[in-house]
Amino acid sequence: MKNTKKWSFYIFITACFLVFLIPFYIVIVNVFKDNKAIVNNALALPKSLDFSALADAFEKMNYARTFMNSLLITLVSVSLTIVVAAMCAYLFARKNWKINKIIFMVMVVSMIIPFQTIMIPLVKNFSSLGIMNNRATMIFFYIGANVPMAVFMFHGFMKSIPYELEEAAKIDGCTQVGIFVRIILPLLKPIASTIFILNFLGTWNDFLAPFIILTDNSKKTLPLMTYMFTGQYFTDYALVLAGLILTMLPILIVYIFMQKNIIEGVAQGAVKG
Amino acid sequence: MGKKKVNNILMFLGFAGPAVFAFAFVIGWAFVNGVFMSFTDWNGISESYNMVGISNYIKAIHDINFWQSLGRTTQYVIGVVIIVNIVAFFFAYLLTRGYKGQGIFRTGFFVPNLIGGVVLGIVWKFIFSEALVQLGKISIFSTFANNWLSDPDTAMLAMIIVAVWQQAGYLMIIYMAGIIAVPETVCEAASLDGATGLYAIRKIILPLVMPSITICTFLSVKAAFMVYDVNLTLTAGGPFKSTIMASMHVYNKAFKYNDFGIGQAEAIILFLIVAVISVAQVTITKNKEVEA
Repeated sequence: MKNTKKWSFYIFITACFLVFLIPFYIVIVNVFKDNKAIVNNALALPKSLDFSALADAFEKMNYARTFMNSLLITLVSVSLTIVVAAMCAYLFARKNWKINKIIFMVMVVSMIIPFQTIMIPLVKNFSSLGIMNNRATMIFFYIGANVPMAVFMFHGFMKSIPYELEEAAKIDGCTQVGIFVRIILPLLKPIASTIFILNFLGTWNDFLAPFIILTDNSKKTLPLMTYMFTGQYFTDYALVLAGLILTMLPILIVYIFMQKNIIEGVAQGAVKG
Repeated sequence: MGKKKVNNILMFLGFAGPAVFAFAFVIGWAFVNGVFMSFTDWNGISESYNMVGISNYIKAIHDINFWQSLGRTTQYVIGVVIIVNIVAFFFAYLLTRGYKGQGIFRTGFFVPNLIGGVVLGIVWKFIFSEALVQLGKISIFSTFANNWLSDPDTAMLAMIIVAVWQQAGYLMIIYMAGIIAVPETVCEAASLDGATGLYAIRKIILPLVMPSITICTFLSVKAAFMVYDVNLTLTAGGPFKSTIMASMHVYNKAFKYNDFGIGQAEAIILFLIVAVISVAQVTITKNKEVEA
């Protein structure tokens, strides 16, 4: 009885698992074929490994450059978000000023504003300042957009740090900045890594914001370039699939090494957020 | 001004300044200006514009395409939210039964979530329009013989399938955390009283994971209402404009047809609808939460 239950579990879950991952199988096997072989049978394994489509896509997507754009925008914006949000949350958690309470409330409420509601005025605002089509603008945008959730999560976490720790440091002559840097920051590591993971995934994969802000090919991020590139060549399956693989590869590699942290981060983020 | 006050101001600017400035500049300014724009006739290019009162909102209310796209989006939201939550809960339940190797399954189910909607949309476009069509030549898979993306009904279904596939792993993780938190003693006591299988799920586990249900429903409703990138790359709104969702409609209105004022009015209506639905949903499901 127990064995049948066990086997039906494994058979069922494995079937689901395979169905879930078949799309990746289809992409991977076809990237090594030529178009004739793909149209002939898209589900079969390749007869030989042909890397020409990958090389071609690498060049046509200007991959090295595009990858660096994505990495630069994501890493810088996520790191800065964490720093400024931690500072802000510290003040909000420790000083009960009216202005702090008001701004905190506004930030929390703003989290339900969808991007589509602000994208049109955003274009107008940024154009009026002449800062469209700029990677620094992209970074600044992500900081502003991600700060509310980060402040909210840091704030919740800091409330749980006992105040006595800081008082002891104060008596020893530590300044407010010193307390923050030496005592609070080191304690924030777990929540900071959760915020880092959530924001990294969101920013790395974001499409609509760079779609309306970045227009130069040399500044585009991976999702954006993938869209442009596949739109241009969609009938050339091998090339398109190669482009998709190249876009998926970095995040999958990171996932292989950090899957425990990523899943943990996502679970934590949902509970706190 | 006293020294203390100056100190406090400096402290506020030093600690909260950068974050508050970035937030106000990006989100605050855009939101306020967005509300303002919805009362003007700005065309996206010219320097000047006129105040037109609520005429954009009246035009939005009479914009049949907008309401059609909202109707479609509602269909899509209902389909996605129900299916994805059932699938995610089901996986989470199975993968918390203590069988060996469940970590591998968990890792695998989460993978689609790592990859952006643009890429997933194109992957599935290839699958629906080429790989599955080929498979459709075998008689038991004949339902795929016609490209699903070229028929309005199946194109909508394809959108739902891709969304479920993309988000199930994410929601599964949240449900797993909820199920693991159910105290083992409660489950044991229930099974001693004869509550097992589906009955135990319905009467014991579901009520106790209600907080996870609140979060997951909230997240999936918001994501489904705002769908854009999968919509763009999988169906591009086709066939015959039958899958243009609300987001795409707003985007097109503003950036394709340069009706910025009406587009923005519609964006605000969309925001209000989502906000009202989200608040109502959270209130309702929160009410059903119980303590173990």
